Parts: sequence; C-alpha cells; structure tokens
Amino acid sequence: MSLPSSLPCVTEISRRHAMAAALAVALVRPAGAQPERLAAVILAHTGGAAITPGRVTLDISPLVENGNAVPVTIAVDSPVDETSFVRSIALFNERNPQPDVFIAELGPRAGRAVVSTRIRLATSQKLVALAQLSDGSWWSDEALVVVTLAACVEG
Amino acid sequence: MARVLITLPQAARRGEVIEIRTLIQHLMETGYRPDAQGAVVPRDILRRFSCAYDGVEVFAMQLAPAIAANPYIAFCTVATHSGTLAFTWTGDNGFSQTETRTITVT
Amino acid sequence: MRILAALVTVLAMAALAQPARRSGFDEMAPALRAMQQDDAANPAMLWVAEGEALWRQPAGPANKACADCHGDARASMRGVAARYPAFDAQGSAPIDLAGRIQHCRTDRQGASPWPRESEALLAITAYVGLQSRGLPVAPPDDPRLNAFVAAGEALYRERRGQLDLSCAQCHDANAGRRLAGSVIPQGHPTGYPIYRLEWQGMGSLQRRLRNCMVGVRSEPFAYGAPEYIALELFLMRRAAGMTVETPAVRP
Repeated sequence: MSLPSSLPCVTEISRRHAMAAALAVALVRPAGAQPERLAAVILAHTGGAAITPGRVTLDISPLVENGNAVPVTIAVDSPVDETSFVRSIALFNERNPQPDVFIAELGPRAGRAVVSTRIRLATSQKLVALAQLSDGSWWSDEALVVVTLAACVEG
Repeated sequence: MARVLITLPQAARRGEVIEIRTLIQHLMETGYRPDAQGAVVPRDILRRFSCAYDGVEVFAMQLAPAIAANPYIAFCTVATHSGTLAFTWTGDNGFSQTETRTITVT
Repeated sequence: MRILAALVTVLAMAALAQPARRSGFDEMAPALRAMQQDDAANPAMLWVAEGEALWRQPAGPANKACADCHGDARASMRGVAARYPAFDAQGSAPIDLAGRIQHCRTDRQGASPWPRESEALLAITAYVGLQSRGLPVAPPDDPRLNAFVAAGEALYRERRGQLDLSCAQCHDANAGRRLAGSVIPQGHPTGYPIYRLEWQGMGSLQRRLRNCMVGVRSEPFAYGAPEYIALELFLMRRAAGMTVETPAVRP
C-alpha cells in the first residue's frame, strides 16, 4: 500500500515508512492476485463444497474513517440447539497482506449465532463471511468497504 | 498480565441467551509494520481466544493479524447452570492468560 | 424602515457566521459512535481500569495512594477535568490536568515521576477525566489566565509550517469539509485523553496537536511545552459548555 503523494500531510519520514511498507508488502504477495487468492482461501476453507449466498449478515460500515479498527458483526439466521446449530463463522478479505481475518467456532450452546469484533483493513476491498451449519451446508455474505486515511498523522 | 475487561451478566435465568463482551490490551503486532529504521517488526499477536463453561468449550476464535489491536470479541452463550466461565487468550511468544467469572443461573 | 431592514440583515449575518459547535463525535460514523458509548467495547476503558488501579496503589516513601488524600475519585474528582487547565500559583502559570497529576506524584507522594505520554499517566488522566464525563466544559473564570488564553488564541491563528497553515484555517474556516477523505472537525478537546484508531492506543491532546503540527510540516513543540497549555486553555474556552466525553474514541 502506498500513500497518495497529493496528501498534504505526508512528511518525509512518513513517505519513507510508506515505501518500506510497500516494499514489505510487495515481497509478501504479487500485485493483482487478490481475487484469485481470496477464491483459493475460500476453497481451502470449505473443501470445495457448494456455498449458497444468504442466511449470513456481514454488518460493516461501507465507509471507514480508519482502517486500523473497523467494527464488524456477523450473524447467521439459523436455529441454535442440540439438533441444528452453526458450526463456524469465518471472515476473509481480498487485499490485506493475508486473506484470513478470523474463524469462530460455535456449537449448540451458542444461543445466538453472532460474533462481533474489530478488524484491520489495509485498503478499500471486498470481504467475504462464511458460515457452516451442523448439516454441513455453507452460507455466505459479502461486503465492499471503502477505507479512508486520517489526514493528520504521526510524523 | 494484559489488562482485560469482561462484561457479562452476574445472574441469568436457565436457558437464557446471554451476551459476553471481552476486551484485552494487546498490540497485535502484525508482522508487516516497518519501524523507524525501516526494519519489519516481527509478528506478535494473539492467535486464539476461547470460552469454557465449567470446562466445556462453548466458543472459540482463531485470530489473524487482521484483528485490530486491543481485541474486542463479543459472542453469545446459553446460561445452562450456575458455574464458572473461563476466558483464555493464547498467542505468539508464549502468551497465555486466563480470566474466570462466575455466573448464577436460577 | 431601511435602517431596520439593514439591522435585521446584519444580525442575521452575525447569526449565520457562528456555526453550531460540533464535537468530533458528531462527525464519526454510527459504528464508531457506538464504540465510544459502550463502556464494554470502548478500548479506552482498558486504560481507565488501569487508572483506577493506580488511584488505589500506594507509592512513595510514605506509601500513600491518591485515594489516601482524595478518597473516592467519583466524588472528589467530579468536575475537575472540566475546569482544567487551571492557574497554578506555584508555577505562576496555567497547568493542565496531566501536569497537575505529575506534580502531585512527585511533590506530594514523593514517588517516581510519570513522564508525559507514559501509559501510567495516560491511564490515571483518563480515569480522572472520566469523572467529568457528561458534565459541561467549564473553564475557570480566573483573570490570571487571561494573558495565557490570549497567547493560546494567537498560536491558534498563527500560520506555521511548510504548508503555512494556521489551526483556524482548517478548524474554523474549513470545518465540516473533507481533507483526504476525512471530515475536518472543529477541534474541540472534549474527550481527552482519547483512544485514537490511528495510534492504536491512548494519547493526550498534546500528542494530537503534535500530529497537526507535523501535518502542516511544522516542528512540533516538545511535550509539556507552555505553548500546548496555552492552546489547550484557549480551546477549552472555545468549547465552553460542550459536554465532556472522556475517554473518547477518534479515527
């Protein structure tokens, strides 16, 4: 990720940071491979099973003031009891240095299949939430988030 | 010992779904951040959080560097009986911390 | 009739020229506002909990805690943060809340100092500040402060840095507009110390002011500099009557 040079608040030190960060990130993953990488990690997570969009609600602000801590809540519309429950809720991203965000393990004692946390987003991107039910079926939701940068930051 | 804030009801009715909210003070160093000299600071994050209700795990979460600093995790569980809830965070560099809370279920 | 019409126009223009005061809280998205308002989710409450423990922790040769002199902070510290900076007779100058706590620790307790921006000082300042949450900002009506308020206002209006900008140019003239995708706040220090998402931690008003100074490519003053105290004094006058939000969350 590189900071746009038109930003008035980018100092010499910040620019050095940005270049170092961009170099570190470039060494980790090739540019332009993000949608394939996201598809690959989803495939690995579900084992190739069919995924149906629905029953999952990925609640996240579409416009984010700071990518360092973005509140997110994922809820699954499913009964939660001994016979029918949600096994897991996972969240993956498209453009962070790593595609995984979290995998929550629930079960029949969860009461309600909902998890809230705060995540880091390196840049504007797509997020995909996946839930597996006790019957083995997979459900999903996705969201597009625009991440803005604080104007006046540490030097 | 990292500072922890756990919010949950002290008492509940049997079968009631309760919400538990946790906060722990931890930098969650991603392993991608360069320091002032340009060297990458090594990863130092919490990797896993779990909640056990009298020894039975009722919720767990695997954390990646994409979880924000000072992690906030909120989840639900059914108040089945009076007992002890144990919250455990483990992570890089041998980090391990467990906090317990009791709940009275009538 | 024409004079009356002119008078009404002038008064109306004056009213329009004074925009309603908005806290940075009002500029945030609902999710961040919810984070600040939920004590179980506000990360700053981790520091408040630390501060509460420090309040009760004995220190110094006499092994006295803050609580030994000040009792229950919820009573003794109520409203205190709302009326700082205040005039310090000992130093013949205004002092901010963190500076007052630093003095108490070294002069009254005889304990090791808590440096500016140290976790301990931020924690105790957040804990004391919390005791004013919900109260109106109430700058003291002390004539000894007047010269310092004027100095603070002069700093606020002075252009500085390679970008040659003053605080007023962004936070008065352009408040509400956007800079690099972020809304420019009016800059009222109603919630300090804050948990700033950009810092991924707690920080004081002085740290935030340093960010602004670096933002206009100006050499920031050192921590604890009298310029920051004068600025804070002016900013709190400017925010008089607004609600204290400490500890706030800001992007």
